[in-house]
Amino acid sequence: MENNLIEATNLSYAYRSATGPAVKALDGVSINVRRGEMVAITGRNGSGKSTLARHFNGLLMPSAGRVLINGLLTTEKKNIPIIRRAVGMVFQNPDNQLISSIVEEDIAFGPENLGVPQEEIRTRVDHALQVMELESLRFEAPNHLSEGQKQLVAIAGVLAMQPECIILDEPTAHLDPRGRRDVIESVLRLNKEEGITIVWLTHFMNEAAKFNRMLIMDSGSIVMEGSPRYIFRRGSEIAAYGLDLPVTTCLAAGLHRQGFNIRPDITDPEELVNSLCLLKQ
Amino acid sequence: MPIETVNLSFSYSKGTPFEQEVLHDIDFQIKDGEFVGLIGPTRSGKTTFAQHLNALYIPQSGRVIVDGLDTADKHTDLVYLRHRVGYVFQNPDYQLFAPTVGEDIAFGPLNQKLDRNEVENRVRVAMDQVGLDYDTFHDRDIYALSGGQKRRAAIAGVLACKPKALILDDITTGLDPRGRDDILRIINILHREQNITIIFISSSMDEAAVLAERIVIINQGKIIMDDKPRRILEKIDELRYLGLELPEVSMIMEKLRRVGYKLPSDIICVEEAIGAIAAALREGGGQ
Repeated sequence: MENNLIEATNLSYAYRSATGPAVKALDGVSINVRRGEMVAITGRNGSGKSTLARHFNGLLMPSAGRVLINGLLTTEKKNIPIIRRAVGMVFQNPDNQLISSIVEEDIAFGPENLGVPQEEIRTRVDHALQVMELESLRFEAPNHLSEGQKQLVAIAGVLAMQPECIILDEPTAHLDPRGRRDVIESVLRLNKEEGITIVWLTHFMNEAAKFNRMLIMDSGSIVMEGSPRYIFRRGSEIAAYGLDLPVTTCLAAGLHRQGFNIRPDITDPEELVNSLCLLKQ
Repeated sequence: MPIETVNLSFSYSKGTPFEQEVLHDIDFQIKDGEFVGLIGPTRSGKTTFAQHLNALYIPQSGRVIVDGLDTADKHTDLVYLRHRVGYVFQNPDYQLFAPTVGEDIAFGPLNQKLDRNEVENRVRVAMDQVGLDYDTFHDRDIYALSGGQKRRAAIAGVLACKPKALILDDITTGLDPRGRDDILRIINILHREQNITIIFISSSMDEAAVLAERIVIINQGKIIMDDKPRRILEKIDELRYLGLELPEVSMIMEKLRRVGYKLPSDIICVEEAIGAIAAALREGGGQ
């Protein structure tokens, strides 16, 4: 399948432990991510989602099974630089990712390391700033920015490496509600306008609801997979995996149960308001 | 144990060209046993303010009085005061430092020069209060804890000093839904059963709206609203102007009101919302 950017087959991974037996973090996971797709991976803390994501750019190597990125095995040492260029990572805490004292220098760091010519770096930095709507912060010091803005800068830094895919590991966990909204909106835009494949890890269900496809992980396995609507129709199953329905879906499902003609799987607040608007007439 | 601030102001790098005002003339009182949500956007000054309340910061101008003791008075025993007003930091990794859970929780009581039996007893009670089983977790390595367990251990360490007030600084960050529910339930029980004063700091209104009896909104170093949660949530336009996101329920209720639904203005949870929408629909013959 040449359309698959990420192809993981029967992937297992065990963390070594100094004292006890090895802890199995992934247990026979198979997943494909197509080029240009956006996928949300959810699951409670410790479900294995970060461990899975770290296999997608060769930060971790499978204990069993295999991972192909653009058809290249992550276990082949010579593939790693190519894979890391294709798949960028953004972590939970932007402070762990920002290193320079000026925003534009931070964004230039990646391409500089790749040996990109100066002129080209300038073009890439300009582009990343523009796409992330950060032009006004170009000469700021990252430590003067809000957490949300820092996270946007971290994403811009990855963007300047011109990856085909960006993996974001709970990128909104430390942000306030406004920062959260800014980050998810710009990432959705990256997918739509730049065609970048997005893998988004979260346990905020209202974030997952914005993706075309979502996966739920539990105890190192993928336990549910489908569109947000498909998944959110199964409220009690989700609860068993330690997750909640989005507030909008709770409202829709509650009204549906009371006998009103409302789809119980609505995930978008606007859609809920529109349906209720129709019902009122 | 009342806590009070009078004309409290604070600036970073005071007296230098980089001086930046963080708190501006704050007057604030909290009564014994209150549960207050302290809400504000990032960099509003809420953490700096809260850290004045247990003398982690000493006022540059104005006063902070805790249980009748002025934190700037050099006769005030600040160690005692910090045991009375416990502070749980946003990041438990900043708070936990001993190798094992038991040692970490025992640190405060040992500092209070209590005898071994009493320390042991305090550790047991504190672990029980946060739902960490003593036999399972007492000797557990701090680094072998999950995010939620670390939060609980950090809270237990503060509880072991028998505080009368707890300041909780964004303690649900990064927790998954169950982890968050567990922590919030523990806090609620501490408040109800032990009458511990709670100051619950958060950048979002969702949790505080449901838990707190009173919400104080701080922005650019000033208190700009101080009221019951339901009253605060009615001021939608003001909150939006401040860049504070409304809870999703409130946002949907507001949109429905705009399209002609007659709904009470003080709805704060999903169940209330379902009831109100259903009532409005039945009345309007929408079924």
